[in-house]
Amino acid sequence: MKLHRLLLAPSLGTILIFMALPIALTTLYSILSPAQYGGVIWQPSGEAYVRLLFERDIFDDTLSFNADYLQILGRSVVQAGIATILCLMIGLPTAWFIATRPPAQKSLCLMLVTVPYWVNLLVRTIALLLMLRDEGPINGALQSMGLADGPLPLAYNNFAIGLGLVSSFLPFMILPLYAAIERFDFSLLEAAYDLHASRWQAVRSVILPILRPGLIAGGLLVFIPGIGSYLAPDILGGGKTLMLGNLIGMQFQGSRNWPFGAALSTVLMSVTLIALILVARRAAREEA
Amino acid sequence: MRALAILLLTTAPAFAEGDLFIYTWGEYTPPDLVAKFEKEFGVKVRIDSYDSMETMIAKLRAGGAGYDVIVPGDATMQVLIAEGMVEKIDVFAMPNFANVDEKWREVYWDPKREYSAPWAWGSTAFAVDTAVVKGDTSSLAVLFDPAEEVKGRINMLRDMNDVINMAERYLGVPRCSENPDEMKRVLELLETQKEWVKSYDSETKELLVSGEAVVSMAWNGYSMRARDEKPTIAYVYPKEGYTGWMDNVAVAKGAPNLDNAKAWVNFVMDPENAAMITNYARYSNGIKGSEAFIDPALAAAPEINPPADAPAPEFIPTCSPEATALIDKVWTKLMN
Repeated sequence: MKLHRLLLAPSLGTILIFMALPIALTTLYSILSPAQYGGVIWQPSGEAYVRLLFERDIFDDTLSFNADYLQILGRSVVQAGIATILCLMIGLPTAWFIATRPPAQKSLCLMLVTVPYWVNLLVRTIALLLMLRDEGPINGALQSMGLADGPLPLAYNNFAIGLGLVSSFLPFMILPLYAAIERFDFSLLEAAYDLHASRWQAVRSVILPILRPGLIAGGLLVFIPGIGSYLAPDILGGGKTLMLGNLIGMQFQGSRNWPFGAALSTVLMSVTLIALILVARRAAREEA
Repeated sequence: MRALAILLLTTAPAFAEGDLFIYTWGEYTPPDLVAKFEKEFGVKVRIDSYDSMETMIAKLRAGGAGYDVIVPGDATMQVLIAEGMVEKIDVFAMPNFANVDEKWREVYWDPKREYSAPWAWGSTAFAVDTAVVKGDTSSLAVLFDPAEEVKGRINMLRDMNDVINMAERYLGVPRCSENPDEMKRVLELLETQKEWVKSYDSETKELLVSGEAVVSMAWNGYSMRARDEKPTIAYVYPKEGYTGWMDNVAVAKGAPNLDNAKAWVNFVMDPENAAMITNYARYSNGIKGSEAFIDPALAAAPEINPPADAPAPEFIPTCSPEATALIDKVWTKLMN
C-alpha cells in the first residue's frame, strides 16, 4: 500500500506543478486589475469577465452588449469543428486500411503516419504557407498547366487555417481509431450477417459501438487543441482573423491587459472541462 | 561563419576578470564589437536574445535572470524608468557622452540621459516594389487608397500600434487619441483597406523579395536588406509623417556586473564602435564622428538618408490606458 502511493507521487507531483498550479494562477490573475504596463495590481475586480459580454462606455460608464468576443469564440468552435469532421472523414478510412493490413505492413503504415510529425509544427506550418501562396509551387503548377488564369487565393484565409488544423491534428484522429479497429474481431461482423442483419444494422449495432471509444478520443484530441490553436491562424491566416488563442496572446502583448487574457483562458479551460465531463459521463452511462 | 565566431567567443576559456551578460534583439550585436570589448577589458561577454519588448519586460519582472545590459526601445525605456527596473548610471557624465549627437541628448524617454545611451535608431514607414508600383509614391494613399495593381498585394506589420498610427496620420488624427469618434474613423479606414490587404505579417523583407507583396509597411534597415536582394525595392518617407524609434543601451536593476555594464555603455558611445553597430545592423547610430568609419555604400543609402523634403520622424511615447483600450478595441474589431 505504501509503495503503491509512493509510485504515484511523480505523476501526481507533475500534475500539481505543471497543471494545477498554472491553472490556479491563471484563475487568480483573471480576478485582479490590470497594471498600466502589463502585469497585475493586487486589487480584486470582475471587470475582465464583464468585458467578455459587455463594453463599457469610456465616458458615462454605461454597459452595452458586445458580441465581438462571442464571435471570436464562435469562429474558433466552428473552425475546430470543421477540422474535426474533416479529420474524421480522412482518418476513418485510413485507420481502417491500416488495421486490416498484415502485421508487418501495419507497423510500417503507422510509422508513415507519424513521419511528418518528426518535423517541428512551426516549420511545417510555414512550409504549408510557402506551398499555398501566390508565388508558391501549387499556384505555379496550376497556372503552367493552364488550369488557372491568375493565382488562386489559397493562403491567408479561413481555408488555409482549416487546412493547417487538419494537417496538424490528423494523426491524433488516426491513432485512436486504429487502436479501436485493431481490436475488432471481424468474425462478429460475419456473425451479424449470418443472423440476417442488414448492412446498416451491422454498422450501427456491431461496428459503431466498438469504434465509439476511438471516435470520442480522436474527436477530443483534435477539437480541443484546435479550438485554442495559435499558429495556424497566425501564420496561415496572415494575421487577418483572430481565433481565441490569438486573442489571448494579444492581451499579454500589445493590449497589456493580463486579467482579461487570463479570464479568456479560464473560460476556454472551463468550456473544455465541461465538455470533457459530459462526454465522460455519457460514456460511463452507456457502459453501465 | 558568424555563428561559429559567436560559438568560439562564448565558449572561450574564462581568462577574464569578470562577465558581462547582454540581453538584446537577435542579430543586433556585432561579433567583432564584442571581441574588441572582451580584449580591451578582459571581460567575457555572453548574449541572450529576445523577440519582443514584452518578452524582455516579462523576464526582467520575473527577476533572477542575471542580465547586466538590456537594449530597450524608446517607449519601453520610459516604462522601465517609471517602474524602477533600470539602474541610474549617469550616462551624461561618462567620458564618451561628448560624442552623442545633440538631438539624442534630451529625449522624452530619458530627458537627462541618466539611464541610457543611444544604440541605434530607425524609422517605420513603407516600401514599394518600383517595378510594379509606378507614379508618385510619396503619400500613404499608396496603402489606403491603392491603385488597381496594388490591391490584394499589400502587407501591413502585425503590430496594432504601428498600423493604427499610420492610419491616424492618413486621416489627420493625433496619435494615442482618446476620442472614440476619431478612433471610429480609424477603424472604418482600416476595415475598408483590409479587403486589399494580403497579410498582417512582420516578415516584410521576405514578402517583398518573393513578390507576394508589392507594397509593405517596413523598417528602414530591413527594407535595405530587401533592396540588396531585389534592387527595385524602394523605401518611402511618406509626406504625412512616419514613426521614428531608438533602441537604447541601459543597465538592468541589480545587474551582477555593474562596472562591466557601465564600461560597455561608455564603450558603445565611441564613434568607431558605434560605426560597427551601423555596419552590422544597418541602422543609424546617434554618435557624432561615426560617419568616418561607416561602409561608404551604407553611408549613402537612401534608407538611412531621408530626402531633404521628408518630414522629421515622430517618436511616440506609450499611450495612456484609455487610448490603449481604444486601440485594442479597434484592432479586435478589425480582426473580427
